Amino acid sequence: MNVLTLTDQDLTAILLSLRIASVATLVALPFGIAIALLLARRDFWGKSLVDALVHLPLVLPPVVTGYLLLITLGRNAPVGAFLADHFGIIFAFRWTGAVISCGVMAFPLMVRAIRLSIEAIDRRLEDAASTLGANRIWAFITITLPLALPGIIVGCMLAFARALGEFGATITFVSNIPGETQTISAAIYTLTQVPGGDAAALQLVVVAVIISLAALVASEWLARRATARLHGA
Amino acid sequence: MLSVDIEKQLGEFSLKAAFEAAGGATALFGPSGAGKTSIISMIAGLMRPDRGHIRLDDQTLFDAAARIDVPAWRRRIGCVFQEGRLFPHLSVRHNLDYGRWMSGIAEDAKTLDHVVHLLDIGHLLDRRPGKLSGGERQRVAVGRALLARPRLLLLDEPLASLDAARKRDILPYLERLRDEARVPMIYVSHEPGDVKRIANHVVMLDRGRVTARDGVDLLT
Repeated sequence: MNVLTLTDQDLTAILLSLRIASVATLVALPFGIAIALLLARRDFWGKSLVDALVHLPLVLPPVVTGYLLLITLGRNAPVGAFLADHFGIIFAFRWTGAVISCGVMAFPLMVRAIRLSIEAIDRRLEDAASTLGANRIWAFITITLPLALPGIIVGCMLAFARALGEFGATITFVSNIPGETQTISAAIYTLTQVPGGDAAALQLVVVAVIISLAALVASEWLARRATARLHGA
Repeated sequence: MLSVDIEKQLGEFSLKAAFEAAGGATALFGPSGAGKTSIISMIAGLMRPDRGHIRLDDQTLFDAAARIDVPAWRRRIGCVFQEGRLFPHLSVRHNLDYGRWMSGIAEDAKTLDHVVHLLDIGHLLDRRPGKLSGGERQRVAVGRALLARPRLLLLDEPLASLDAARKRDILPYLERLRDEARVPMIYVSHEPGDVKRIANHVVMLDRGRVTARDGVDLLT
C-alpha cells in the first residue's frame, strides 16, 4: 500500500487544520496570559468561578461546548446576529468559527501551563524591580513575562496540539465543509463513513501523528532552550 | 533627612516606630522579629503603614491622614535585600543597568565604571546571577541599587546569608560605599559587630518599638 498519496482534498484539510490551530493559539495567547496572571496573582471575589469557567471546556463533552457556541455565536443567535449585523463578523460555518471552537477547547490547557509558570516566579523580584523605578506594567514586561516564557511556550504547544485534534465542538459549531471547516479530524471521520475510505483515512492518520509528534518535540526543545537561556547556561 | 513615624498591625505583632535619619549610615538594630524588615519595606513603599507618615528631604512619601502614598517605583529609594534578588534571566551588566533603564536616565559610562570599580565587580559583568557566589551576588545587588541613583539606600541584612569569611570580604566594600557614594544609608542588622563598623547612628528596635536612638557607642 502506498502510504502517502494525498489528494487535493486531503492537502486542503491538512493546511486548513494547521491554519486553524495556529490562529486559534495566537488569538488565545493574550487572553491566556491575562487570565493566567489574574488567577496566579490576584485574589478577588468569584475567583473560583472564573477558574471553573476556564476549565469547563476540559470537562464538558465537546459536543456540548460546540452546541453552546452555536446558540450564542450562530447566525441567528443573539451575539452572532449582533456581530454579523454591526461588524460583518460571521463565525457560523466559516473557518473563523473553527478558530473560535478550537481556541475555546484549547484555552484551559494553555491557561494551566502559563499559570503554573507564573506561580513559580518569585514575586519579590517584581518588588525589587519597583524599587529600581519600574512600574507594574514594566515589571511585568521585563521580569515576569520573560521568566514565564518556558511555560508560555509549553502552553502554546499544548493548545496547538489540542486545537489540531479538535473534533466534537468544531463539527457541532461549524459543521464539516471541505475547504472551509473540514479539518484533518473531520476529514478522517468522513472517510471512515464511506465504503473503501479506510486507506485514505490511514494516510491522514499518519499525517496527524507526524504533525502532533513534531509539535511535541518542538515544544520540548523550545522550552528547554528558553529555560537554559533564562538561567544563563 | 528621612523622617519616619509609622504604625502597622501585622497579625498579633504591632509595630509603632518613630525616628529620623540624616546623612551617613544609620543602623536599624535589633533582634530578629523586632520589625526591622517591615520598617524597611514601608520606607521603600513595598508595604503600606496603617497610620503615620514617612518623609524624605522635603517630599512626603507617605501620609495616612493626607492620603499620600507615593508608589515604590517613584520613590527613588534603593534596596539591597537579604537574598540579593538579582534578576536571574539578565546578565550582571543588565541587572546593573536595569534601574537606569527604567528611570530613563541617560547612559553614563563614568558612573558605571565608578560603581563597578568601587564594588570590584568588573570581571562579573557578562555572567548570570546563577553563576555568582553569595558575596558577589550581594555586591552586584548593591551596585544595581546605587546605579538607579537613589536618594536613600536601604540595606536589609545584606550580609545575613553569608558565612563569616564572605562577610569579612564584603564589609570593606560597604564602608567604602558609606564614605564615597554620598548616598544616605539605612543599614538593617542584628549583628553589633557589623553595625559598629558601618553605622554612624543607631536606632535600636525591640518587639516593634524604638528603644534607643544614638551614636554607635550605644552598642558597647
